[in-house]
Amino acid sequence: MKRLIAAATLILFSHTGGAMQADIQEWTTRAGTDVLFVERHELPIVDVRVTFDAGSARDGDTPGLARMTSNLLLEGTPERSAGAIARGFERYGARVSTGSGRDTAQVSVRALSEPARLDPVIDSLAEVIARADFPSDAVERVRRQMSLGLQQAQSSASALAEKAFMRGIYGEHPYATPPGGTLESVDELTRSAVVDFHRRHYTARNATVSIVGDLGAERAEAIANALSGALPAGESLQALPAVEPPASARTIRVPLEAEQTHVMMGQPSVRKGSEAYYPLYLGNHILGGGGLTSILAERMREERGLSYSSASSLTSGARRGRFQMTTQVRNDSLQEALSVMRDSLEAMRVDEPAAQRLSDSKRNITGSFPLQLDSNRDLLGYVATIGFYDLSPDYLEQFVERIDALDGEAVRSAMHEHIDPARNITVLVGPEATINEAE
Amino acid sequence: MRNALLALIPALMAAPVAAQSSSGVTEFTLDNGLQVLVREDHRAPVVVSQVWYRVGSSYETRGETGLSHLFEHMMFKGTERHAEGEFSEIISREGGRLNAFTGRDFSAYFEIMAADRLAVALELEADRMANLQINAEALSTEREVVLEERRLRTDDRPEGRFAERYAAIAHPGTGYAHPIIGWADDVAAFDVADLRDWYDQWYTPSNAILVVAGDVEPEAVHSMAQEYFGDIEGREVPTVHDADNLQPPGERRVIHRDPQARVTQLRMGYEVPSFPTAESSRDPYALQMLATILDGGDGARLAEDLVRGSGVAAAAGAGYNPMVRLDGEFSLFGVPAEGDVEAVETALREQIRRLQETLVSDEALERARSQMLADHLFEMDSVFYQAMQLGMLETTGAGYQTLNAFEENVRALTAEDLRAAARKYLRPEMLTVGIMRPADEEDAG
Repeated sequence: MKRLIAAATLILFSHTGGAMQADIQEWTTRAGTDVLFVERHELPIVDVRVTFDAGSARDGDTPGLARMTSNLLLEGTPERSAGAIARGFERYGARVSTGSGRDTAQVSVRALSEPARLDPVIDSLAEVIARADFPSDAVERVRRQMSLGLQQAQSSASALAEKAFMRGIYGEHPYATPPGGTLESVDELTRSAVVDFHRRHYTARNATVSIVGDLGAERAEAIANALSGALPAGESLQALPAVEPPASARTIRVPLEAEQTHVMMGQPSVRKGSEAYYPLYLGNHILGGGGLTSILAERMREERGLSYSSASSLTSGARRGRFQMTTQVRNDSLQEALSVMRDSLEAMRVDEPAAQRLSDSKRNITGSFPLQLDSNRDLLGYVATIGFYDLSPDYLEQFVERIDALDGEAVRSAMHEHIDPARNITVLVGPEATINEAE
Repeated sequence: MRNALLALIPALMAAPVAAQSSSGVTEFTLDNGLQVLVREDHRAPVVVSQVWYRVGSSYETRGETGLSHLFEHMMFKGTERHAEGEFSEIISREGGRLNAFTGRDFSAYFEIMAADRLAVALELEADRMANLQINAEALSTEREVVLEERRLRTDDRPEGRFAERYAAIAHPGTGYAHPIIGWADDVAAFDVADLRDWYDQWYTPSNAILVVAGDVEPEAVHSMAQEYFGDIEGREVPTVHDADNLQPPGERRVIHRDPQARVTQLRMGYEVPSFPTAESSRDPYALQMLATILDGGDGARLAEDLVRGSGVAAAAGAGYNPMVRLDGEFSLFGVPAEGDVEAVETALREQIRRLQETLVSDEALERARSQMLADHLFEMDSVFYQAMQLGMLETTGAGYQTLNAFEENVRALTAEDLRAAARKYLRPEMLTVGIMRPADEEDAG
């Protein structure tokens, strides 16, 4: 079979003195599945991930559907029971897992590279992704597990904050839906909805295959063909709607009896591929994404002892991701913490960051890039992201160059333009008296 | 098929330079007693540097609980040469990451850097090993941070509240009975003198291990270690007295009714030997394999019988960590599917009885063996974890050479060995049963 090589890119990191190469080979199988492959022979292992556009953004009006489908993927085919499938992986020492988020659902396997051990594992993987048949008893069991997980989350301040925050910043957008569903929706999910979701989303055209490890291009190609060839061709999915940012700032209060109040504050960010992502990434790193040296950690933790963890984060997805600041503080310090967080963010929007902070952050981001790619698992994560979001194969190298080229004004103006306090959603989870008093 | 996998591992281990032991580790000891372990891994231009001290929460008595952990926080408060915050700033500027962690048996500090920046990390670690400044103001801020950490991890979480109560009953009279973060009243009471004493007692090269893993040459690491740590004076450390326990302790139950818990949970733990405390060096491997037979994956017994078969549990698991200094725990847990926690307990006890009465089948034995050997190999994908393993094996007293014995021991285990270990160790008089229930839930019987 002829392999269609669309691109082969050499990533070279030399910013820190050491050099590191990851040769990403990219092609499309006959069935229409994009494949990304990195050859790594140091360990006799292979990682394979199949990523589908089948996350909770595709739930429609049945929250939890994508998650339930993903959770049921290994629970049976017409030929084999859940136990037989699992033991089919385990006897070869392979580890298989499924997962789902807002944009994607994925199934990953890590196996030994020796063909006699890898080939049967790939056969099993192809069987389950294409022929999962969702036995009724498994549907009930997984429903129960999801429901217990949701009940448990009701006493978790961080889980409550996350749920309220996503609802607050995304409003009616599909991203607002909790990937794990709600107690009511999980109760109502049906087997036929799962079967239908699987049929429409787990298709060759809707899949990306990522392979990293101890094998040559020919075997990688055979694996990709076996996986994509097993799937139905499928039809293209509709693009997700655009995210409308919140019309106005709002505080959402969620009562929970506790010694601390959990705070989450932020708004939708930008989508993958946006030009503004780079200056926002750098701005976020300076503000709260850079660990102990960031502004929030310094002001909240080092100077005031207000919290154990104060940070900010920036994500991007197929549609706008999110920017958020997060902390947990003892109840009597809530107002002080809110002031520090708001002031810190406002300063980033008004003033250029101090020259020293700017250059330290840039050096940390560019210098630490190889650290994020020092294992096969990390590499797999990166190529899967590049593949799913259709980023340029030299995305990582470009990223470092783009960060390096930014100045303080670029950071200030991106923060000013994209993080508008008039649209900030603030979530407070804590005792009623505390959160009602806070402004 | 079976032998092909086994052939892979020695081939891999033999790859590095001849001077190394078969575990791929090169060891040096400086004159002041600092032990240096180097694990070469040249896949990426990255190095992990970890300084481990043989002190953790299990070294503390009541009145001292949480001191190791609070002290770990104070290690970021600066020296004469480097003011507070400078350590983190330098590492960050050099493109590195850093943090620290405290366990029951160790306190450890790490940096992950581009390989050619190792000296930056070593210089800073050596400086704070010898020249830390501890002042009252920094202590009072950091104490608040730690109390917030305690609220976050324990006081405000049903699972955290349950875990503290379980440990207090499961490990009575030992250093494992109290939480790593310490009891809040102890943490609130420490003063500068307590922290200085802790530093003087435990933070000395003769009580430390420098583990370096990644794209480095052992000899180069050796000379760098000599350059930065060589002049620090080695002191004697206090003798650790670990209390003799009641043997056997007897079966115990702890029922925690939590006002905020929504889901009933069961935890069962048998007190069993660890790598350093086992009389027979083979027993910890047998216990590891027993845990794999029960819960090596979704095809193993607990998922097959409790979750899918009878459906009595929504989730069930088993585990055993032999890398601890004192005796360890063979743990089981379960979440009842319909709230019937007694039925889950009965089913788990039935699983233990089956291990004691019936020999594991060849197929199950071979599957568990394949999984353990493959997992052992998969662990090598993480440079950081490789360094962690060495540090844990050393600080718990097992010795890093333990890694060499893994494959041979796992291969040698028979069904008879597993049954014998289950009979010898998984006895009711060694068992603690812990149950967390929602406060408003009725007892089922």
